[in-house]
Amino acid sequence: MTSDVSERTALPPAPADEHLLTARLVAPHRPGLWISAAILLVLAAMAVHTLVTNRRFQWPTVRGYFFERSILHGLELTIWLTAAVLVTGYVIGTAVAAARLSDNPVLKSLGFGFVWLIRSVPMLVQLLFWYELASLYPKLSLGIPFGPEFASFKTAHLFGGILAAYVALSLDVAAFSAEIVRGGILSVPAGQVEAAQALGLGRTRIFRRIVLPQAMPAIVPASGNLLIGMLKATSIVSVIAVQDLLYSAQLIYNANFQIIPLLLVATLWYIVLTTVLSIGQYFVERHYARGTNRRGDGFARLFRRNLPLFNRAGLAAGGGS
Amino acid sequence: MTGGTPQAGDAGAVRPLVRVRGLKKSFGSHRVLDGVDLDVAEGSVTVLLGPSGSGKSTLLRCVNHLERPDAGFVEVAGEIVGYRYRDGRLHELPGREITRQRTQVGMVFQQFNLFPHLTVLENLVEAPVAVRGVPKPDAVAKAGELLARVGLDGRQSAYPRELSGGQQQRVAIARALAMEPRLLLFDEPTSALDPELVGEVLGVIRDLAVGGMSMIIVTHEIGFAREVADQAVFLDGGRIVESGAPADVLDRPGNERARAFLSAVL
Repeated sequence: MTSDVSERTALPPAPADEHLLTARLVAPHRPGLWISAAILLVLAAMAVHTLVTNRRFQWPTVRGYFFERSILHGLELTIWLTAAVLVTGYVIGTAVAAARLSDNPVLKSLGFGFVWLIRSVPMLVQLLFWYELASLYPKLSLGIPFGPEFASFKTAHLFGGILAAYVALSLDVAAFSAEIVRGGILSVPAGQVEAAQALGLGRTRIFRRIVLPQAMPAIVPASGNLLIGMLKATSIVSVIAVQDLLYSAQLIYNANFQIIPLLLVATLWYIVLTTVLSIGQYFVERHYARGTNRRGDGFARLFRRNLPLFNRAGLAAGGGS
Repeated sequence: MTGGTPQAGDAGAVRPLVRVRGLKKSFGSHRVLDGVDLDVAEGSVTVLLGPSGSGKSTLLRCVNHLERPDAGFVEVAGEIVGYRYRDGRLHELPGREITRQRTQVGMVFQQFNLFPHLTVLENLVEAPVAVRGVPKPDAVAKAGELLARVGLDGRQSAYPRELSGGQQQRVAIARALAMEPRLLLFDEPTSALDPELVGEVLGVIRDLAVGGMSMIIVTHEIGFAREVADQAVFLDGGRIVESGAPADVLDRPGNERARAFLSAVL
């Protein structure tokens, strides 16, 4: 700025104020924006073009198998396995988070140890471990620890593929959700709990009414990630012959060798499920945005903001801000 | 010896609403309270003054058991706070009992600590309904009266973030009053406010003092302290070094540390 002052004497006289006041505002030229947009549009067009025109994708075959009965059965199993794993995992995970946040040193250490162990072992190994439990513990029994037993049963009959998958994936979700829930609770300022205590609110009431609603905005996005990740991670059960969505597709292409089209069938279904979950996540997030300035974004507006190409007003608004 | 705190057992004296005796508290190796004795009479206003780190806030927080003392005790309305004496020991009370004791003592925080996900009305109604079992319509009506008292009637459906700092603090005072406490604690109620908003909050506290509310106020507003306080207490290094009538403590402090502090803030 100071250098401008010394050069000012050499410049032509400044325009009159009334000219400045009536002058139209012109945005700077941004050729880089146009060039990069053009390049990316061409690449996107090429990708769509090859998807449509490359006959080896065999879209007619994809369409033929999309609603195949065994695929739909696999889809059903994927959905309820994911749901069961998520519910169980979050119940255990919330308990583990509570243990890690408690004053009890034993609970604290056990909670930490659980998270450490489960997060350290690859999910595939956990899955195989539970599937092979029978070889490690041929017999399980109910009784007093280190004392007499009342009932016992053979694990070989107990741990089929689906149960092994359910247990392994639930424990995995428990460890990761415990950290998500713990992080959410820690994000609530300590003053909130103190204010509630000073009002004489009880512990459960404080947690349910004051802490949890304020922890949810931190918990929901990470949980959405975990949920969608787990939806796809259930496909790992195909290694122990559980007929989920992916394994159902594999069974078909093992018979007819239409590998790519059947993988596409499974992929498209995963995309459908993920889309539904993402929309659900949006509504849950909006519910918990009470009292913050993130409220009031309608779904249509959110869509336009992320895909402004489909709406010129959205493009203008996006460019202006 | 600390002045101005009558000893327990004064013949014929009315038992003070709050009695603090021999209160000690350390955080790690740092001694925050080092043997504090204090009496607060029912219907009186006590102002706690002193440099930061002198133990004012910790003393205040011990009064409703947000901090556990290491030694000594606090008594409110004849009950030991947070403990029960039996067989030569002080047994910490179960959570439900502590919760019951806290309903007698309201607290207002420096950072307001309104619940941001609840509206103004929900902030005020939550504790009376959940803790004292007040019917919802009665609690809503009472909330309206209290908001009118702090000059905020009509803002029931606002969320805290839509209010200025001064308005938030006035809602926080109304929220504490909604539990009809016998004692109100203020922890630097105006320290987080813009200077122009301090007056509206002090005005509300002044009205409460005129109405006979028992209060303990930690503040750096010396002029306000002189005006509303019945008793001024100066803490330094975890001890009460000066206490008595505000005029004596504020204008003629005998303690050197108090004199230095007061001449710096005045």
